[in-house]
Amino acid sequence: MTSTITIDGKTVPFTEGQTIMDAALAAKVYIPHLCHDPEFKPHGSCKLCVVEANGRNVTSCTMPASPDMVVINDTPELNEDRRALVQMLFVEGNHICPACEATGNCQLQAAGYYLRMQSPHFMHFYPPRRVDASHPDIFLDLNRCILCELCVRASRDIDKKNVFGISGRGIDSHLAVNSESGRLGDTDMAVTDKAAHVCPTGAILIKRKGYTVPIGQRIFDQKTLREFHLEQQKRVESEDGPDGG
Amino acid sequence: MADEKPKIRIATCSLAGCFGCHTSLLDIDERLFDLMEMVEFDRTPFTDIKHCGPCDIGIVEGGVSNAENARVLKEFRENCNVLVAIGSCAITGNVPALRNNIDLWDCFQEVYLYDSGTEGKQIPNDPELPLPFDKVYPIYEVVKVDYFLHGCPPPADAIWRFLTALIQGREPEIGYESLRYD
Repeated sequence: MTSTITIDGKTVPFTEGQTIMDAALAAKVYIPHLCHDPEFKPHGSCKLCVVEANGRNVTSCTMPASPDMVVINDTPELNEDRRALVQMLFVEGNHICPACEATGNCQLQAAGYYLRMQSPHFMHFYPPRRVDASHPDIFLDLNRCILCELCVRASRDIDKKNVFGISGRGIDSHLAVNSESGRLGDTDMAVTDKAAHVCPTGAILIKRKGYTVPIGQRIFDQKTLREFHLEQQKRVESEDGPDGG
Repeated sequence: MADEKPKIRIATCSLAGCFGCHTSLLDIDERLFDLMEMVEFDRTPFTDIKHCGPCDIGIVEGGVSNAENARVLKEFRENCNVLVAIGSCAITGNVPALRNNIDLWDCFQEVYLYDSGTEGKQIPNDPELPLPFDKVYPIYEVVKVDYFLHGCPPPADAIWRFLTALIQGREPEIGYESLRYD
């Protein structure tokens, strides 16, 4: 049975089990996000997709849509909060965009552009982070990890390998590699694995592929984060069929 | 003429950066003549004036990596009505900040003692050399900054649009195409 919610005054249909994010993306209503990917179970960690639903702030990627729900999404106040979140993600890692191979393909960077991040605003942490080049085909640079857990979900749910996990608490949370040495080279991860290709930043890079697409011709040199995410949704819908699989 | 309106005064400097932002400023090419109609340069690498006097606009490239950088930046802040952080080094620390997680002494040894191509190996210790800081800091972490112009470097067109807006008393608008962190 199809019911409806409203998002910023627009009537959006949904079916039982869909989240606010699912319904919004299917109706081409964009809610900014980083840790959500329609291919994976929602995670609700980045908080960029927080909207006001019936007067309460909720993560739209995890909140089920319910009949007659009134959602407020695209407001200066919510976008200001989202911008502050992106600023925090930048200063809590070491995101040196001009020195990063993923520049132009990075969703964090694109979120900064989309939300008009003009300054980092907060003090930089410059945290000491590990770099792991032990795998013959995959490079892991935790300086750029934003803990979205897309690689964790991809490795667990699609690759069935459980290569990654999150360890530690609070500010000490970090991506951990599931091998005795803790090194990626000592896992059974393969370059063809889904987990090797879902990182929204440059934390997981494929070796010997850097700069094959010149700067200026990369994803976010051509399109906004909004356009990218709506196309991603469309692609998943067409692969899964009209009913979402 | 006595009643001629005084020109806008601009000062620029490069701290821990590569001068790429200044090079990008020069890349406005023939528009430099238009710029010179509107402004007068105070301290900049172009004039070789050593200290910044009272200015309308101060443009700072590069981060703060040593005591001399901090002194120059403080002088700019005290003398410039509007202070602009230009380029990634001034805004995030950028490539110079890659040393922020390396012990400073280890860094010096690697650069001056261990490198096989270095002759007469010694760590520079002249009293005229500014004292290095433990980290490279973005300039907004040291003084108040009024505007940020991203890019490594920002494109010449973005600098031109940004500067002319400021000079003409308009709020600079950085369009989607001009906002790039790389």
